[in-house]
Amino acid sequence: MIGMNHFLILSAILFAISIMGIFLNRKNIIVVLMAIELMLLAVNFNFVTFSSFLHNINGQIFVFFTLTVAAAESSIGLAILILLFRNMRGVNVEDMTKLKE
Amino acid sequence: MLQTVFFYAFSIVLVLSALQVVLAKNPVQSVLFLVLAFVTSSCLWIMLNVEFLALTLILVYVGAVMVLFLFVVMMLDIDIETMRKGFWKNLPLAICLGLVILVEMIMVLVTKPVVVYKMSQTDATLSNSNQIGWVLYTQYSYPVELASLILLLGLVVAVALTLRSSEKNAKYQDISKQVAVSSLGRIEMVKMQAEKPEIEGE
Repeated sequence: MIGMNHFLILSAILFAISIMGIFLNRKNIIVVLMAIELMLLAVNFNFVTFSSFLHNINGQIFVFFTLTVAAAESSIGLAILILLFRNMRGVNVEDMTKLKE
Repeated sequence: MLQTVFFYAFSIVLVLSALQVVLAKNPVQSVLFLVLAFVTSSCLWIMLNVEFLALTLILVYVGAVMVLFLFVVMMLDIDIETMRKGFWKNLPLAICLGLVILVEMIMVLVTKPVVVYKMSQTDATLSNSNQIGWVLYTQYSYPVELASLILLLGLVVAVALTLRSSEKNAKYQDISKQVAVSSLGRIEMVKMQAEKPEIEGE
């Protein structure tokens, strides 16, 4: 029988993979954004699991708000990315030090 | 029994596609694997009787966010080779870090098992969407309006950031002009005589 721990360990694996992804693709900001989405998915997985096993609907409401914030975040992030590409002809993370100068 | 088989099948697909998101060479490939990960996890959510959020995940993520990602990835001309620089150098560190985090989280779960209280706030006769609707529009009505404000913010910011200032009808703020404004330039006091109000019908 599948218990709560199965789902929680699955979401822990997902979270660890996405942290690995941020480390591996530090140069590639698009994959970093995707790894952040994956991390949010792992967190939402925990919320949904607890909400389902504890018979409490509030966890699902929280996932609803997390989805809202994630959608807004990714749209703004991609807008910044396009702006960056337009100004620097590339999305290299190492070039993003203009504010330092 | 069938539930167990489905759980393991879905979780294997989910973990493999998440690994592909991270490891794939081409960003377009990793976006497509991310779509697969979202669809699979929504299948798993349906196994948990969370139908509304599972469908919302597909609609919002696969339908909107991932299409946005795909657009941007295909539109930008990315140099994949320089992006992969440092990938193999960081691999051992990343694997160590991921394993440490994973082992820590599993240790917490195993050594201190979560006690399942029967909170039973939910009414089992209602469907999942119905239950969410009852709570969302009463107890959480104020946060829902705030969430809509966040979405509006995302919309406005995305347009404002990507609009070119050289475009013909674009209205842009002139920062130096804005800073140089004083209150005297904004308000003008006018003296005028009081007038008799005109009465309609005269």
